[in-house]
Amino acid sequence: MLTLYTRRRLINAMGLGISALAMLFGLFWLGWILWTLLANGLPHLTTAVFTQMTPPPNSSGGLLNAIAGSLTMTFLAALIGTPIGILAGTYLAEFGQRGWLAPTTRFINDVLLSAPSIVIGLFIYEMYVVKIGHFSGWAGALALSILVIPIVIRTTENMLRLVPNTLREAAAALGAPQWKVINMVTLRAARAGIITGVLLAVARISGETAPLLFTSLNNQFWSSDLDQPMANLPVVIFQFAMSPYEDWQSLAWAGALLITISVLTLNIMARVLFRQSSTTY
Amino acid sequence: MMSTEQSVTPKLIVRDLNFYYGAERALKDINLTIPEKMVTAFIGPSGCGKSTMLRTFNRMYQLYPKQKATGEVLLDGNNILDKKQDLNTLRAKIGMVFQKPTPFPMSIYDNIAFGAKLYENLTRREMDERVEWALKKAALWTEVKDKLKQSGTGLSGGQQQRLCIARAIAVKPQILLLDEPTSALDPISTAHIEKLIDELKGEFTIIIVTHNMQQAARVSDYTAYMYLGDLIEFGDTSTVFTNPKRKETEDYITGRFG
Repeated sequence: MLTLYTRRRLINAMGLGISALAMLFGLFWLGWILWTLLANGLPHLTTAVFTQMTPPPNSSGGLLNAIAGSLTMTFLAALIGTPIGILAGTYLAEFGQRGWLAPTTRFINDVLLSAPSIVIGLFIYEMYVVKIGHFSGWAGALALSILVIPIVIRTTENMLRLVPNTLREAAAALGAPQWKVINMVTLRAARAGIITGVLLAVARISGETAPLLFTSLNNQFWSSDLDQPMANLPVVIFQFAMSPYEDWQSLAWAGALLITISVLTLNIMARVLFRQSSTTY
Repeated sequence: MMSTEQSVTPKLIVRDLNFYYGAERALKDINLTIPEKMVTAFIGPSGCGKSTMLRTFNRMYQLYPKQKATGEVLLDGNNILDKKQDLNTLRAKIGMVFQKPTPFPMSIYDNIAFGAKLYENLTRREMDERVEWALKKAALWTEVKDKLKQSGTGLSGGQQQRLCIARAIAVKPQILLLDEPTSALDPISTAHIEKLIDELKGEFTIIIVTHNMQQAARVSDYTAYMYLGDLIEFGDTSTVFTNPKRKETEDYITGRFG
């Protein structure tokens, strides 16, 4: 007969074994994806990718216009979404104790956070693209910024809530008005966490395809005019990967690898930054 | 610790003070007078209302919607609980140091300058002098004078707490509220801070809340013993500790209770 103690050890070992298996199962697919990407993408990641435009079928070229377009629209989306997100998040965390406005906003924000990105794309398509009559870089940036806002709101609120109340009290106890307490003390204390949130939001949008299909679409040529359709990596990958042309397929692999590497880098940066900051509190 | 014969000027007069956390009454009809430029200690078991009392003196409770105080607290004759009282100017006059050190996430220099900058227009040199003055008062100057630009959060716990005291006195308040200022500190840092309280009382009216009765006996001129929201006894420290009028006070002080 098993004693109580050996039975516990057995159950513990079994539980541990099952969790390890589940972890390995998840990791296996992730590893496979990364391996396939590297194996297929790395050989095609040549300097031409960064120096030449997207080619017509059956000729060689690069992804320069798509890379530039993606960077431009992502940057603009972050530029539009970050201030709105930080301000709204600050409102929710610092002023949101009373009334109905804050809980309602928080709820809507949660809905927006999990809204399928294709819906966001359709929304901008209806509200902006149809009105002006053509696809454009601005529309793409706008759609992406709508994806950025809820993420930044959520992380800003969460990070501000982690700031101990005693810090707010200490600043108020010196006679500082609330806007000064928030600006100079609480936001500063939560700074690293908020920047982490922005980085994660950028990582999230840099691979989004659906909202761009309806907004910026694609452009085979170099264009720095935001009022015109704009090339971008996700849509180019989508288009090239589905094509029958081998040159296009190779470029799609290179583009996919490029996005994965940048998203991975952003995530790692966010983690390192957040870890460094959480040691002070 | 001190003689009652010395003439005392009242600084804070508390009249019929009641305090509510929602429906719960945490202070019950408190009446007492806190003398100027002396140290008054509040002692009592956890939950007796001593910290609540401190937080009414600078109306810190107003950060939270469900807390309220009724009655009067007169500072030099003006009721600070009055709705017309501006909170920020009140808090500039009544500084506070908390149980856990609360350095702001900025440099040591900026920590001190933060409060001083709020209500005074100081030139760079005047600010340098003010920072040095406050840090010297808080007995921290020699330890930090070469690293004023470094972050305040990098200091040790005891140093952080002295930084907070320096930050509070840099505003030049009239009253200094200390809410269990040494309960998170080691004995050496505690001794530093107690010595500091002794040196500061010539200039500031000091009100300290403490769990530690020996500390109250060591640093204070007057002691108030509170229990479950009632002020049980208030008098000069030597009397309260050696010859208390109430049996409850004696029980608490001799360790039979609490």
